[in-house]
Amino acid sequence: MPIKSYLAHPHDGKKEVLIQAISQLSNCDVIPAENKDLLIIVTDTNDKIEDEQLKEKLEAIESLKLLAMVSGFDAPKNN
Amino acid sequence: MQTTLSNSVLNSRRSFLKKMATAAAMTAAATMFPGIMFAEEQEKNLPKGGNLDWKKGPCRFCGVGCGILVGVENGKAVAVKGDPNSSVNKGLLCVKGYHQTMCIQSSDRLTHALVKKNGKYVKTPINEALDLVASKMKSTIEEHGKDSVAMYTSGQSTIPEGYVASKLMKGAIGTNNLDCNARLCMASAVAGFLTTFGADEPMGCYEDIDYADYFITWGNNMAEMHPVLFSRMLEQKNRRGAKIIDFATRTTRSSTASDKSILFEPQTDLAVANAICYEIINNGWVNNSFVEKHCNFSKGLTNIGYGTEDKFSFTDKPEKIDFESFKKFLEDYTPEKVAKYSRVSVKDIKYLANIYGDPNKKVVSYWCMGMNQHTRGTWMNNLMYNIHLLTGKISQPGNGPFSLTGQPSACGTAREVGTFTHKLPKGVVMNPAHRELAAKIWKVPVERIPSKPTYHATEMFRAVDRGDIKFIWTQVVNPLVSLPKTSRFRPGMEKESCFVVVSDVFPTPTSDVADVILPASWHIEKSGLYGNSERRTQHWDKMVEGPGETTPDAWMTIEVAKRMGYGDLFPYSEDNHVEEIYNEYRQFHEGKKHGMAPLEVLKKESGAIWPYVDGKSTQWRFNSKYDPACKEDTDFDFYGKPDGKAVIWQRPYEPAAESPDNEYPFWLNTGRVIEHWHTGSMTRRIPVLHKAMPHAYVEFHPEDAKALGIRNGVNIKVSSRRGSCVLPASINERGLPTKGQVFVPFFDENMLINDVTLDAFCPISKEPDYKKCAVKVEKA
Repeated sequence: MPIKSYLAHPHDGKKEVLIQAISQLSNCDVIPAENKDLLIIVTDTNDKIEDEQLKEKLEAIESLKLLAMVSGFDAPKNN
Repeated sequence: MQTTLSNSVLNSRRSFLKKMATAAAMTAAATMFPGIMFAEEQEKNLPKGGNLDWKKGPCRFCGVGCGILVGVENGKAVAVKGDPNSSVNKGLLCVKGYHQTMCIQSSDRLTHALVKKNGKYVKTPINEALDLVASKMKSTIEEHGKDSVAMYTSGQSTIPEGYVASKLMKGAIGTNNLDCNARLCMASAVAGFLTTFGADEPMGCYEDIDYADYFITWGNNMAEMHPVLFSRMLEQKNRRGAKIIDFATRTTRSSTASDKSILFEPQTDLAVANAICYEIINNGWVNNSFVEKHCNFSKGLTNIGYGTEDKFSFTDKPEKIDFESFKKFLEDYTPEKVAKYSRVSVKDIKYLANIYGDPNKKVVSYWCMGMNQHTRGTWMNNLMYNIHLLTGKISQPGNGPFSLTGQPSACGTAREVGTFTHKLPKGVVMNPAHRELAAKIWKVPVERIPSKPTYHATEMFRAVDRGDIKFIWTQVVNPLVSLPKTSRFRPGMEKESCFVVVSDVFPTPTSDVADVILPASWHIEKSGLYGNSERRTQHWDKMVEGPGETTPDAWMTIEVAKRMGYGDLFPYSEDNHVEEIYNEYRQFHEGKKHGMAPLEVLKKESGAIWPYVDGKSTQWRFNSKYDPACKEDTDFDFYGKPDGKAVIWQRPYEPAAESPDNEYPFWLNTGRVIEHWHTGSMTRRIPVLHKAMPHAYVEFHPEDAKALGIRNGVNIKVSSRRGSCVLPASINERGLPTKGQVFVPFFDENMLINDVTLDAFCPISKEPDYKKCAVKVEKA
């Protein structure tokens, strides 16, 4: 049941578009930097398959230039 | 009811982990993109504790010495965060610091002693392995003499570990065959301090960052190597308009975050520093009253060699000169003359000189490996001090030269305890008074401590290769990845003539050649003390149990000493040896010039800066406003020298040991990356860091790559006269070397770039130059 954080770099001038696109996804929080073109994404999914599907969706966003994982935890989840 | 409680605990834990993941990303962002800001409410939401027991200590990686809090749950370290009470990092950490404890769970952790029998490693009880180490060391001494055994330790050894190693080798056995890997990173800084001031280590502290108008970094990629300090500098840039000038041979993250980047041809920093002094003098910017009262002028020998031959020997012959002679010497270093070979424009040389020369601007100069790993490293350190002494910009808040260290206790252990061949915990083996003090505290006959240094690091491993050293014990160090010219030293250590003992946490290329592998405790699995770049001593208590039979290095040294018959000199208890050793060690530094804080203070606070006098840290040495060791009737007192005066040294430009030619047309520069700690034995076992930087690479200037038809990722063979290494090409990625230069990080044991480097060193400090040798490149 993975929790992961990423640094997401938007294409030039696409920071707001990227924030909007990520906000549409479930199990996914976005924290934009105030003074740089960079976002933090924190994902919280139920299992490895869901985690990989979410990552694929993130990587498919056109305004995203680069997605770099920073940390990952495999935590038990309350069912 | 129990389910509800359990759900609640799980929810709380999950929420906590989400906050940890957020904090990790924010920290990574802050270190990889210095100056970045997030909304305050998001910062407030960071984890404050969960159900964890937070224990204080210093970070394991790098010489900055950030305070960390390690979250322990059920006997396991599960989280790390920056210590908000530490004045060093004020709660901030870099990516390495944040993830450091993850390596101890690695599946290939060395948990038991391994002894090589018939070519195979056999799991052996630790007591049996220590018996073997002691008996082998003893029998080697009996058969070949005390100088046939050696220890090679580390700037990552704790203060007690370094202390007992020194006591065993110099006090008990009576050999100076002890050196450490700080020789590879800090020896030029030490020699620079001693020749200019007669006293080692920086006079200032990190609080200088809060006052300086200019930060000038000399060959120093602080954004990656000292990221927390660089973040503090960027904060001052944003808040007060402080300026950062990056003076380097390669464009790095530090360059792009700076106000100005100036690139120079390798080795010509010597000439540029002299040109800055020329400008200061010829524009009338010398602080005459300071120089007259507090400085002498000297020159030393020139054309001093490079140490590439075995048993190389050099002793400088200082000779006093006057200001006029120094001024005349500098006529060879006008900006116009220097610009011709340094590739630094006259305008940029004058720009730098202007900053140093302006009496209304406070300037801190920072440097680390670029200046130290240099065949004229001691000279380069001297020249840096010349600039600050001529202008009187030294030993004041926001004004000073600041030599940064690479390792967490290069200062505390290697330099202060003295795990170099020539050193004692106070002073040097050559000085009878220093030997007498050591003999008194160690309770050994003074004649047992030899008065002559033996092998510095490079020569120690040459001696292993030659067969002169027949037993070597390495601790906390990985020389077969980190030494220059490993292509010679690997087969050297594999020879039957030398019995090799390696004490480490993980298997490494060095443990691969060991006869005995001892399983060491990791940082937080033992108590200890480190000393960082700003003279701050920091203590931590053991936080978690180590696996299997892992044992602190200090205790293994003590156990071997006892087995060799030196038990009366090592009367420490297993449970409390760290405290007992520190209290014994403190006696060496009693007094106003180097007093160390008592352990009870260090247990409570996030470190204390020595000299610790009357319950107070001394932040700026040699300035009577702050330093109680200064004479009362003077403003500055460089009391390391008998007359209280610092030395301005006449040091010329001399070329590198090896320069590009028709056969080997590129400079090779080596170094580090933010994700990995030195040889990568720990950080490559931390999945996040390994994924972020999975292997080494060779950086090209885009024009060189284009001319050679090289694209990103193509395998390139980098060859020198010593050896070769194959790595993927990197163009316009992490860093950008100047045209005609390639850069390779050394963290990757699968791509051993030190097979290629040259074992040339500074003849005064004996520190090798990893930044300059000649190579050729071709598609593999």
